[in-house]
Amino acid sequence: MSSAAIPRDPLALELCALSKTFTLGGGMLHKSRSLQAVKDVSLRVPHGQVMGLVGESGCGKSTLAKMLLGLTKPSGGDVLINGKAIVNANQKALARHIQPIFQDPYSSLNPRQRIAQIVGLPLRIHAIGTAKEQAVKVEEMLDMVGLPKRAAQQYPGQMSGGQRQRVAIARALIMRPDLVICDEPTSALDVSVQAQILNLLLDLKDEFGLTYLFISHDLAVVEHLADRLAVMYLGRIVEEGTREQIFTAPRHPYTQALLASALTPEPGLGVPDIGLGAGQPDPSRPPSGCAFHPRCPMAQPECAQQAPALSALDQNNQGRVACHFA
Amino acid sequence: MSNLSSAERSTAPASPLLSVKQLRVDLPVAKGTLHAVRGIDFHVERGEMLCLVGESGCGKSMTSLALMGLLPRKAQINADCLNFDGVDLLTVSERERSNLRGSRMAMIFQEPMTALNPAYTLGNQLCEALRRHQRVSRKAAHDRAVYLLERVGISAATERMRQYPHQLSGGLRQRVMIAMALMCEPDLIIADEPTTALDVTIQAQILHLLRDLQQEFGTAIIFITHDLGVVARIADRVAVMYAGEVIETASAQALFHAPSHPYTQGLLRCIPTPGKTLPGSRLQAIPGVVPSLIDKVEGCAFCNRCDQADQRCHTTPPLQTVAGGHLSRCHFAHQLANPATINAQEVTL
Amino acid sequence: MANILSPQVAVEQPLVTTWQSRLLRSTLNNRSLAIGLLIITSLGIVALLAPWLAPHDPYLQNTANRMVPPIWHETGSWTHPLGTDRLGRDYLSRLIYGTRISLFIGIVVALISGLIGTTLGVLAGYFGGRVDAVVSYLLTTRLAMPVVLVALAMASLIGGSMLTVTLLLGLLLWDRFAVVARSATQQLRDAEYVQAARALGCPLHYILLREVLPNIAGALIVVATLEVANAILLEATLSFLGMGVQPPSPSWGLMIAEGKAYMFFQPWVITIPGSALFVLVLAINLLGDGLRDLSAPGGRNE
Repeated sequence: MSSAAIPRDPLALELCALSKTFTLGGGMLHKSRSLQAVKDVSLRVPHGQVMGLVGESGCGKSTLAKMLLGLTKPSGGDVLINGKAIVNANQKALARHIQPIFQDPYSSLNPRQRIAQIVGLPLRIHAIGTAKEQAVKVEEMLDMVGLPKRAAQQYPGQMSGGQRQRVAIARALIMRPDLVICDEPTSALDVSVQAQILNLLLDLKDEFGLTYLFISHDLAVVEHLADRLAVMYLGRIVEEGTREQIFTAPRHPYTQALLASALTPEPGLGVPDIGLGAGQPDPSRPPSGCAFHPRCPMAQPECAQQAPALSALDQNNQGRVACHFA
Repeated sequence: MSNLSSAERSTAPASPLLSVKQLRVDLPVAKGTLHAVRGIDFHVERGEMLCLVGESGCGKSMTSLALMGLLPRKAQINADCLNFDGVDLLTVSERERSNLRGSRMAMIFQEPMTALNPAYTLGNQLCEALRRHQRVSRKAAHDRAVYLLERVGISAATERMRQYPHQLSGGLRQRVMIAMALMCEPDLIIADEPTTALDVTIQAQILHLLRDLQQEFGTAIIFITHDLGVVARIADRVAVMYAGEVIETASAQALFHAPSHPYTQGLLRCIPTPGKTLPGSRLQAIPGVVPSLIDKVEGCAFCNRCDQADQRCHTTPPLQTVAGGHLSRCHFAHQLANPATINAQEVTL
Repeated sequence: MANILSPQVAVEQPLVTTWQSRLLRSTLNNRSLAIGLLIITSLGIVALLAPWLAPHDPYLQNTANRMVPPIWHETGSWTHPLGTDRLGRDYLSRLIYGTRISLFIGIVVALISGLIGTTLGVLAGYFGGRVDAVVSYLLTTRLAMPVVLVALAMASLIGGSMLTVTLLLGLLLWDRFAVVARSATQQLRDAEYVQAARALGCPLHYILLREVLPNIAGALIVVATLEVANAILLEATLSFLGMGVQPPSPSWGLMIAEGKAYMFFQPWVITIPGSALFVLVLAINLLGDGLRDLSAPGGRNE
């Protein structure tokens, strides 16, 4: 679809100061509150790279994914895909460039449709080819994700979690998008199946020259897949850099805590004491200044007053960190 | 009852706290009978952390529910021995069982929100947990609850006692669950995936806390999880389950350094490990899927996914002792346990 | 190796059984569903074959043969197995033709109200916000109206007939459909397959008709059976009160109304149509119960 003859923008995805504010409540009896799910996020993802996005639940990573997919309208800022703004783009045109793979293979497939219908849906909606050509394409795609031919006639309920996730991948890739948003694609799977799916994602990336935005809370998986990494905390990116930078020399205290709490299968090391307080932040009542300061072991009085900017570590923009003491 | 068990405790200090032999759990389902647990053996020593590890559907949760007596009524439990500190859990009356539950055995669930009653304050539920089993004053129960809440890292414990579960974050709720499990100072806590629903930083904190408290109170814990990283960091001993069987039992050190069952080896190979797996390289996945436990499984349950399987695997392998306290249910256990053989294989591959 | 691979084959086994055979098996396992279905099917056949099954013309009056008692009376005869009414019309024939009226009204009312309620409910559930507020307002307004009184008033204004009763009840009984469709759609709105369809640029009608509707259909069918029973009873009520189906149509409610003067001396003029009504409504409710068990998540293993 996107042939090599057309010169492409070097960036597959660019986010410029993207923000999203939700209004909560606001019924007859309640005062409405606003929740800033995503605040001023800027990110650049070149073609063919895997950008890892990590953070705790409620940090805004899923809202970010929904905005990229055109499912939620941003409150501010721009999303550029291949250099074109998508905020008011036609959903169909957008769908050809960007597709999602969701976390839960049990809810991502319509239980009332056969696999052939599910995987062929993008072709039907976008009227690509005749019914016969579509059927051939579906068969090819199923083969590519490692499913047998007879899978086409099955219903999702007859498949295992790993097989369903393969179907979801087939549906996302059948129109050959440039960019795939993987929202925790393996966290609902068993470890032995997780490895199969990760291998498949890597194979397909090479085969189709895909760009991934890979959202996960599993740092070992992100380290395995991602070329670059962005760490989110309460709606903001607090650190961004190459895999080597983040994993060998994390600068932000939150990134350091995240890395410390990743438990590798090495017996005898015990559970680290990561030194964060017991409190978890409430996204609708974010702390003043640096949002991380109530839990930060290095916090100083100024952290409660002034929010640090996400600033580049060097001229080449190889890494950015938002901390007064980085 | 408590007299009897304390007498038992003093007469047989060397016997394990819990011993399970040939435990089987069958569940009638629409298509037949699900053999969820197919004859497992394990024991728990006093004050030790035993991790039951396995993938979904391997029977680890069914095992824990069978121990607590919380299985659905239509489930059938059989065992040669199901002995908790001298009490036979197979023949115990429902009344004694519920006395045991909460006072000497406690459970921590994956989702604390479903285990805490949303209609009562935390203080209410914590004190109730104690006063149901022990004759203590309201004041004493309250003081113990406040002490334990502080001990599990909850600040302003006295104020928290008046709050309802929905007012807490997930991490705090799990801390409250731990405090509640400790109210009666049980001998055994069964923790079923207690940190799976939590964020990684919170998980690390909760695990750290659990390990601390376990050493302080000398409680034995059966920790059920699918996460090998968690197992490696907290377990004293590990039992690996696959398709309703315990296929390998060993100390944490032995299991991770010399795994002796192809399934355990496969699991360890297929998770990306920083420093061992090259980023972006293909992982060594285990092919195929877990067999259905609805029909009778013939021979070794893993053999259709195993790269070592041969004719011998048609027959059910016995539990073989690889080293002291290290058991593996594989015909090739001794070969697999010997690192020289593994290296030789890698070279030929 | 074949032996060892058998567990693997067992996993694939369910693929061979079709949904039809599974449906058949679960229907037979569910007693109330089977009984309800059996009664309704037989009554449906009776309604369809009424001209061939009825021994007499249900409208043919014979004043010489008035109030003949049914067969279990000493004076009963096989010419009129269930006797005749005050105008000498054959009671069995009227009962058989009455099945048509009850089933027609029940089914058509459920279709009309189902269409209205489902549309409103799905839109409210999917869009939320202002659409939901409007639908909720309509719903509370509708719930504040007493169905029988409004139907009576309207029927007396327009004039009662089978058409009026059907339309009136169809426009009044959509509330349960709307409530169920709304809450079921709300749960599905954030389902990942609906999100995936939206991300593909699927048109709205595709998402609502193909992704949402098939997955809430189970719950709606249960509501529909209950509304069929409800509509049949309301039709009988309105006809009994003289504002429904008009004479000489053999509506069961009308038959009871016409017999009420004789209730103390010839009680069968009331008990026969009354029992018919009871059996039909019971059968529909059994069917609804059975369907609910079938669609309930925990019910499948029982």
